[in-house]
Amino acid sequence: MTPNSPAVPADDAFLRLAGITKRFGQFEALKSVGLTIDRGEMVVFLGPSGCGKTTLLRIIAGLETQDTGTIVQAGKDISRLPAIKRDYGIVFQSYALFPNLTIFDNVAYGLVNRRQPRKTIAGRVQELLKLVGLPDAGAKYPGMLSGGQQQRIALARALATAPGLLLLDEPLSALDAIERVRLRGEIRALQQRLGVTTIMVTHDQEEALSMADRIVVMNAGRIEQVGTPREVYGAPATPFVADFIGKINVLPAVSEGGGRFRVGGVSLAAATELPAGTSARLYLRPEEIGVHADGTAPAHALPARIAKIEFLGAFCLVGVVLDNGDDASLVCNVPRQLADGAGLAPGRVVGVTLPAPAIRVLG
Amino acid sequence: MSTAAASLPPAATAARVVPKVHWQERLAQGLLLLCCVLLAVFLLGPLAAILVKSVQDKDGAFVGLLQFREYFATPALQRSIWNTLWVATTVTAITVPLAFFYAYALTRSRMPGKIVFRMIALTPILAPSLMSAISFIQWFGTQGLLKGLLGGASVYGPIGIIMSSIYATFPHALMIVLTALLLSDGRLYEAAESLRTPTWRKFFTITLPGAKYGLVSAAMVVFSYTVSDFGIPKVIGGNFNILAVDIFKQVIGQQNFNKGAVVSLVLLVPVLVAFLVDWRMQGRLHAQFTARAVPYVPKRKRWFDTTMFAYCTIVALLLLLVLGMAVYTSFIKLWPYDKSFSLRHYQYGLIDAGVISSFFNSLKMAFFTAVFGTMFIFASAYLLEKTRAMPLTKGAVRLLASIPMAVPGMVLGLGYILFFNHPDNPLHFLYHTMAILVLATVVHYYTSSHLTAVTALKALDNEFEAVSASLKVPFYKTFFRVTVPVCLPAILDIGRYLFVNAMVTISAVVFLYSPSTQLAAVAILNMDEAGEIGAAAAMATLIVASSTVVCIVYALVTRFLLTRTQQWRVSGLA
Repeated sequence: MTPNSPAVPADDAFLRLAGITKRFGQFEALKSVGLTIDRGEMVVFLGPSGCGKTTLLRIIAGLETQDTGTIVQAGKDISRLPAIKRDYGIVFQSYALFPNLTIFDNVAYGLVNRRQPRKTIAGRVQELLKLVGLPDAGAKYPGMLSGGQQQRIALARALATAPGLLLLDEPLSALDAIERVRLRGEIRALQQRLGVTTIMVTHDQEEALSMADRIVVMNAGRIEQVGTPREVYGAPATPFVADFIGKINVLPAVSEGGGRFRVGGVSLAAATELPAGTSARLYLRPEEIGVHADGTAPAHALPARIAKIEFLGAFCLVGVVLDNGDDASLVCNVPRQLADGAGLAPGRVVGVTLPAPAIRVLG
Repeated sequence: MSTAAASLPPAATAARVVPKVHWQERLAQGLLLLCCVLLAVFLLGPLAAILVKSVQDKDGAFVGLLQFREYFATPALQRSIWNTLWVATTVTAITVPLAFFYAYALTRSRMPGKIVFRMIALTPILAPSLMSAISFIQWFGTQGLLKGLLGGASVYGPIGIIMSSIYATFPHALMIVLTALLLSDGRLYEAAESLRTPTWRKFFTITLPGAKYGLVSAAMVVFSYTVSDFGIPKVIGGNFNILAVDIFKQVIGQQNFNKGAVVSLVLLVPVLVAFLVDWRMQGRLHAQFTARAVPYVPKRKRWFDTTMFAYCTIVALLLLLVLGMAVYTSFIKLWPYDKSFSLRHYQYGLIDAGVISSFFNSLKMAFFTAVFGTMFIFASAYLLEKTRAMPLTKGAVRLLASIPMAVPGMVLGLGYILFFNHPDNPLHFLYHTMAILVLATVVHYYTSSHLTAVTALKALDNEFEAVSASLKVPFYKTFFRVTVPVCLPAILDIGRYLFVNAMVTISAVVFLYSPSTQLAAVAILNMDEAGEIGAAAAMATLIVASSTVVCIVYALVTRFLLTRTQQWRVSGLA
């Protein structure tokens, strides 16, 4: 990829970012970020606050200017274009609906400017209101709607001009928990139906996992990993990604060679091979661990003792301490029925199985 | 292929990105720059002219600090400094507690008639400061009804100045303290009650500390108002010398502009100090209440409510007696000899004498000030808050917008003659026009109006401009379609504030009027000088009446807007 030539790329890439950096005084918000987004894809920027995800979104929108780097959208170099010359619709956390205009006028705001006949506009607005499930809201004012409804209108307004790119800046963060879950499903369904290339910024990993085609995990101004939700969850590329997304157990270990690792007095098999003597960390999701009541455990199960049980409704988090494992402790995710059936309780001795393919070895 | 978290070699991308600036953004930036230049010309220009004049002699030769040395060698002028300071301090020491307990009654008791008490307390704002001086002369002067109460002391002098200034500054102090008390958090009182804290302890541990910054701020405002005011000491001061009157005497009496400039700079010092203290306090006042506070809802307490009611009744009555005396004087033949009803002061004193034209001048001036001032102040505040980039220009505009509060009207007015009367100034044509009166008045009352506009703009969603850009709508369309309608209550408020103040202002314009642009407040001054107290009172009454009408119209329009065209507000949110 040559960042300086705005030639149409051969592949299906819709948006290409290369070498994007941004400083705010002494603070390095973005450190040479590169990314390619396909047409029709839903990409989610995920990371803790201050990681640069919102800055990156605002740079794509032209609301901030990158210090260096190029942005190519639909084959056109837009790196230096002002926001008003770019092609996107945007939805903010605060909705940013115009409070003195009716819902109709809000949705029509970008259309009126294009000098379309009144009738065409009215038809388009009605179509969009139907699309977001609020066909009768046209005459109301934003203040009369709930947060979730306002955000649907903001979405309709952003989509009204049929932009090539939809940008969502933490669109669900201001909503209550139930509304958030409902709307994230709606937004995703709408995005897939319209096939509009979409970038969403969020700090909520569940939101990212449930909505994205691909997740871009960011930390301290860098991209840590780009991948599908399953890739990012199942095969985190860095310790940061492993820690940030979902719950995970970390075991300090030393390689014994041949794909085996020593944790205290216990030897574990993993899918990765490292030269003997290398120290490493083993990452293992709580739900991958099998917990078996004493006597029912398979032969290769490791003996352990239950330290505590946290009941969470559908499942329990069972904390166990491995025997001979240098006090290495693990949290296991056990479905409630299994936990009840096996009679798990603090102090009991159990056997735990740690499947080799599920153990991820990171430096 | 599409998973590149790759960073390119630095050489390929190191070139710093220079964004193309859209013409609309250029337009906004250009307009902001223009605002900055205009403020600089009409504020810094005159102030610089004073500085220059103060180090020159009559012929314009540079004499260094000679003028200052001469000034400080004159005992009479030195005495003015001392007089000014102790009178202002006394006024502050009386007005602030008076206003505090009034505000305390309005916010912490359940006495009846709060709205009426509040309205009465704000009436002094509608009248020029000289009106109170005229009233006190009527009450306590040589022919005064209550002359005996002064025990032989003359009302002409410090006593009169102090009484009149208390009347004139009371509403200003009240509004600040009221805001501070209203902002306090009701949960603190609930917590205290659950710990069985007695009322007096709640007062000293919650109420007073909560209002601390508001009290200091009110004190500074009262102090600088009294120091800067010229109308009151001119009318009731007698031979008691005050800095503001000294400037007038130097400039108008002796035509000594250099000395006038020196006295102006001396007058600037205490006001500037008070301004800086107030500036710091304002910041803390607002920092204190950033969290969502729950408003305090007072409980009914018979003894306390009765005491507060009695207190407010006395204060309100006294305020009404001052206003009432001026109005009464204007409608009787001759105080105190012939108290029969008569319109002769209006008919002969104003209309036949041709002085009534100055009232229409004032109306015209106030109207232009309100219209053009509001437009300029709101537009510049908008550009300041919503334009990207230009940090230096923005800093300059912020600073320029806050300076006028620290400049006494006399100083600004003197600066205006020195600056615009200079033959080499290309803006010389403004001299002696209505335009210069409007300009001086807008600048004089800039700071408060600017803050009102900024507060309203800050309350808007920050992303309106970003949304408009994404929808390809030019910023000025969004400004007229969204920003202005949403901020309309604040815009009207600025307009009313400018109108009412333009009707009563005297200090900034007393040097600037020409025979054809004489203003009502100046006419009062001249009629009082000529002993035409009745006509002066009649003019003051006209000013109060017209300002009252404007305030009523403002209230009605605002109400109409809130209920009709701004339905979205009634619905609660936003």
